[in-house]
Amino acid sequence: MSDTHAHSIAFVRDTEIPPSPPPAGETGVVKWLRENLFSNAVNSALTIASLLVIYILLSKTLPWLLNGVWTTNSLAECREVLQGKTGACFSVLTERWNQLLYGFKYPSDQYWRPNLALVLLLFAIAPVLFFDLPRKLLAFTAVYPFLAFWLIWGGTILAPIVALVGFAAGAFVFQTYGKSSFAVGFFGAIAAAFAVWILGGWLIPEGASENAMLKAVPSRDLGGFMLNLMLGVTCVSLSLPLGIALALGRQSDMPLIKWMCVVFIEFVRGVPLITLLFVASVMLAYFFPPESTVDLFLRVVIMITMFSAAYIAEVIRGGLAALPKGQYEAADSLGLDYPQAMRLIILPQALKISIPGIVNVAVGLFKDTTLVSVISMFDLVGMIRGPILASTEWNGVYWELLGFAALLFFVVCYGISQYSQWLERRLATDHR
Amino acid sequence: MSELMSDRAIDRSKMQVSDEVAIEITNMNKWYGSFHVLRDINLTVNQGERIVIAGPSGSGKSTLIRCLNALEEHQQGKIVVDGTELSNDLKNIDKIRSEVGMVFQHFNLFPHLTILENCTLAPIWVRKTPKKEAEERAMHFLEKVKIPEQAHKYPGMLSGGQQQRVAIARSLCMMPRIMLFDEPTSALDPEMIKEVLDTMIELAEEGMTMLCVTHEMGFARQVANRVIFMDAGQIVEQNEPEEFFNNPKSDRTKLFLSQILGH
Repeated sequence: MSDTHAHSIAFVRDTEIPPSPPPAGETGVVKWLRENLFSNAVNSALTIASLLVIYILLSKTLPWLLNGVWTTNSLAECREVLQGKTGACFSVLTERWNQLLYGFKYPSDQYWRPNLALVLLLFAIAPVLFFDLPRKLLAFTAVYPFLAFWLIWGGTILAPIVALVGFAAGAFVFQTYGKSSFAVGFFGAIAAAFAVWILGGWLIPEGASENAMLKAVPSRDLGGFMLNLMLGVTCVSLSLPLGIALALGRQSDMPLIKWMCVVFIEFVRGVPLITLLFVASVMLAYFFPPESTVDLFLRVVIMITMFSAAYIAEVIRGGLAALPKGQYEAADSLGLDYPQAMRLIILPQALKISIPGIVNVAVGLFKDTTLVSVISMFDLVGMIRGPILASTEWNGVYWELLGFAALLFFVVCYGISQYSQWLERRLATDHR
Repeated sequence: MSELMSDRAIDRSKMQVSDEVAIEITNMNKWYGSFHVLRDINLTVNQGERIVIAGPSGSGKSTLIRCLNALEEHQQGKIVVDGTELSNDLKNIDKIRSEVGMVFQHFNLFPHLTILENCTLAPIWVRKTPKKEAEERAMHFLEKVKIPEQAHKYPGMLSGGQQQRVAIARSLCMMPRIMLFDEPTSALDPEMIKEVLDTMIELAEEGMTMLCVTHEMGFARQVANRVIFMDAGQIVEQNEPEEFFNNPKSDRTKLFLSQILGH
């Protein structure tokens, strides 16, 4: 209360005070600037220093970006065009565009196949990522891996069909016998799948791939960013279920299962990924029979999947440990059995808690796929370090090439991160 | 004594104790490591009985009722629930758990599911009830505990008393023959205790077999037909509520009652 009326306790207002606009310094941009950038001497100094830094950065990079040359055929031509001015030589990206994306051996008339596989991937992955979509779309997701395999590698269509039938047979056996006994269903399913695969292997005629509808492309010919995407998508989608199984196994009451999981996780986590990749490229051959040639891509997928599954298992174990014991007890007291309690009560909550950690591992895994360049697979980084930088035309174009690689990876990883934040908001139901 | 009890007259017409045995515990012993938590427990509960288990903290009363649906394992003795003996056989345990409802001190609702989903989950997955029927039954019980309008909210949006009533409805949806209450009002504000107790009284009036670990002595006096006093893992005294409160026999019981009733 102001002191105008202090002399009288009884007070009646007889004139209305009209509303007036606030002083000029209290609104809009001026107010925002004063409060956020110049609130005191230190902040003002920091603001000015920051502006200076931003100016220096932009004054160096903007001309480089804006003067960029896009249409020449070699670094020497770039220099001719620029005539000593600052400017990037983006021509390397346009000239080697296909090599950066598909590697240098994938037949160029077949580029539509990986492109189509990528477009279909979006449809296959949508119902998994956005679970409000109708569940029936998952049927396509189940078929997609086999379709994508056929599109990218080509060859006889019988191979992916046999693989699919094998999985279907396994799923059928598990559905039928898994209800009465989990172990019988589980091992029966594995046996059924292998039976179909071996039988199918005999049925596929020798040389079926030679005159196939889609020309067969061996794994050695895959490359570029396509290879990174393929490894990333395959390994993330395989390591998540494996990680969940390992995390649950580590909590198991059965000592054998528990110790198998502990040993696996601790061993794989304690070894550098590069070592595992070298094992995949060189040493794994010793473990397989001499005549069998397990595909290099498959060997690398196995190693990266094992590696990230061990990390994901530990992240999920953290989520499981964070759940109150009462949740387990409530599920038990309602008569839910172990698989039901895990699937309906425990995992949905534990996975929700683990989202940031899982995304962390997934992003790391995706970037780690560039490590395959050290075992002479020509992924995006392998292409840049190898064929492109080693060529006489483009020897020395580091900034443009590596910047482009960084940009591609950043776009994908930022997308994953944004998705995970959306997911966390979408799943927030506890209002704590 | 708690003055929060229902002021309405309690209808005892259906509170009939039958001769049929619901729970039989013989010579049961349990240890946590080398600590002897439950010592030689013998207890027979008939269908329709309302039993209140009281005692100081650490006396083993929660452990006792948690043994009845195998949330805790007992090491010696025999527990028969509704004709099925509790053993290591998982089938028996699951059967007993689906016949015995349990309400916890901290509600333990599933925070990622709506109230309705909390109530329909077990009927759908354990009893294989069709979804529609399970939802109708869930709404019936939610109406009974007087919160049908909250059905599509999540547990985190409800007050403690409402959550505990949902927990009771969730148990009832499994159509249990026996209900276990493990300190159902201990985590609640005083004004919410009444609404939960009212729900429990209503349940008792319908003839449900109830075992209740609670400090609500008013509830014990009004609803229970037997009060069991436990101390140091043993049943020290059991009697009808009138006798138990007015004329306790053991010194330990007298001391406990004088402390809890504040005479």
